[in-house]
Amino acid sequence: MKLNDAVFGFLLLILGITVLVIVQDYPKIPGQQVGPALFPGLVAVGLCVGGLILLVRGWLARGSTPWLMVDDWIQSPRHVLALVVLIGSVLFYILVSQWLGFLISAVLILTALFRVLQLSLARSVLIAVIATLVIHFAFYKLLRVPLPWGVLTPYAW
Amino acid sequence: MMDAVLLAFAMVFDPYTLMVMVIAACYGLFVGAVPGLTATMATALLVPVTFFMAPIPAVAAIVTATAMAIFSGDIPGCLLRIPGTPASAAYTDEAYAMTRKGEAEKALGASLVFSAIGGLFGTLVLIAAAPSLAEFASRFSSFEYFWLVLLGLTCAVFITSSKPVKGLITLFLGLLVACVGLGNPAGFPRFTFGNIETMAGIGMIPMMIGMFAFSEIIRYVLDTKPSGEIAVEKVGNVLRGQWKLAKKYPVQILRGSSLGTLVGALPGAGADIAAWMSYAMSKKFSKEPEKFGTGHVEGIVESGAANNSALAGAWIPALVFGIPGDSITAIIIGVLYMKNMNPGPSLFTNNPQNIYAVFLIFILANLIMIPLGILCIKAARRILKVPRNILMPVILLFCMVGTFAINNTLFGVGVMLAAGVVAYVLEANDFPIAPAILGVVLGGMLEENFITSMIKADGNFLAFFSRPIAASLAVITILIWVTPGLLALWRRSAVRAA
Repeated sequence: MKLNDAVFGFLLLILGITVLVIVQDYPKIPGQQVGPALFPGLVAVGLCVGGLILLVRGWLARGSTPWLMVDDWIQSPRHVLALVVLIGSVLFYILVSQWLGFLISAVLILTALFRVLQLSLARSVLIAVIATLVIHFAFYKLLRVPLPWGVLTPYAW
Repeated sequence: MMDAVLLAFAMVFDPYTLMVMVIAACYGLFVGAVPGLTATMATALLVPVTFFMAPIPAVAAIVTATAMAIFSGDIPGCLLRIPGTPASAAYTDEAYAMTRKGEAEKALGASLVFSAIGGLFGTLVLIAAAPSLAEFASRFSSFEYFWLVLLGLTCAVFITSSKPVKGLITLFLGLLVACVGLGNPAGFPRFTFGNIETMAGIGMIPMMIGMFAFSEIIRYVLDTKPSGEIAVEKVGNVLRGQWKLAKKYPVQILRGSSLGTLVGALPGAGADIAAWMSYAMSKKFSKEPEKFGTGHVEGIVESGAANNSALAGAWIPALVFGIPGDSITAIIIGVLYMKNMNPGPSLFTNNPQNIYAVFLIFILANLIMIPLGILCIKAARRILKVPRNILMPVILLFCMVGTFAINNTLFGVGVMLAAGVVAYVLEANDFPIAPAILGVVLGGMLEENFITSMIKADGNFLAFFSRPIAASLAVITILIWVTPGLLALWRRSAVRAA
């Protein structure tokens, strides 16, 4: 997925200006010329200049380079679905793993991903369960990472 | 000093450390050999595990795994024409052409033997250069460090990427990320948005796992090209004929290793750039350049040595100044801080045994590369057949658990997700990633030395040039900034004159 440089330039310019506005409120240190606003302020100026260059460059080249150039995957529903499931599964883990527990969340995520990557249902579930148990054993038992049990807390081992 | 060396031997030849090294070696060989899994990814995924180890085994695991991964990246390049890691891409076509000619053994053997030799050469330079550089660096003040960090960042943007404006932008993005949190000279919470998690800053390890592992998973999921066919059924004795090659190409080996070490030591440029430059150099100075591209071993010998020597070279600025030479050492610096082995000159004086241990680990890792590498080549057909549609989801789960494990919060998982998506989009649009990482890693150091120097100078910017070493570093840095512009002007006036 390629965007015209002007799009990035515009976004960077907005980011730079936002940072410059935010750092205006940072406190001055009495008796000194340098405070916490100086360094991020300089970085923001850099972002603005870089963004402006990209904006101008992209605008001048708008005849020869399209605003958006998509790759092959966008035309393949299977690949688009896989991307959605991939991003969705990380969000799903962040949102529900504390409540649902590691084991159930992980099995669900792996099964869904195996399915969109074209494994059969039976193999998907089987491998998901095995992989989840192995990772759980390695991190929970060996490395003592407090992976959440969630709804399975009464059965914790 | 002798005591420290003995202590280092005891630490490295401890059964636990040796066991960690063997396991890490197998892991590194596997990750390197599977296309789509890179050596940097191997390092990032190792960190959550090394988090729970003592300092020396942790460093041993990372050094061993990366050295192995850079070698084994050559295997799928040779057999499938797909580089296993970006560091092998320079000579993948050459190696595959050799396989088509029925010389797969020779190509794989050359990759293995000269990887090990290059790695050992880089290690020797590291051993020779690092301690004396550290002694030199112990006299540095904030002015020198300010210019040194700026020079490092400048190298990353101007020397190693063909698109300086985009490189500068990703560098600024990295520096901005480094600003988040309380960790600034004034101790003022910046860009925290009232969130407690962001007070400590954006965790480096979750970000690295996102940029190097999660972004690769995205790339795999969106890849519409079918995977390649394995070209050979059986690989014979790979060591046969290698001694003859070594005698035939001594200059090439030395040149590749030296260039690799040097490129590795330059901040931002790692094994992949070392291999590309070295392959080009080999062709340029070769007596038979017309053979390059048709399955000629010379370029593989030279650039195979270069990419492994770059690994050790990258450790020189990392250990002495805390400035990473490539993205792998950028992660390692994070690990060293976690393990209380803060890089810098004092590491060499306060705990010399740790430094000697690192040297020993490097030597050992490059020595065990030969036998383990032969086993890996034997098993290559099986490794290359590992279904990636099973492997990638499992790696995703590993990434999520690993980022969670660093601070036991889900915030890290969110950072991983965001960093992975951003890295994927930026890379797809030709923004180089290495400057961003250097910005994140060095942002704090740059600001601290800048602010300290500003306060010392009392606003007089000339003070930044008042000490001789600082002034020299400043001149080099500024020269690199203005050279592209001057060259363009010179070219334009030359055209006008003609």
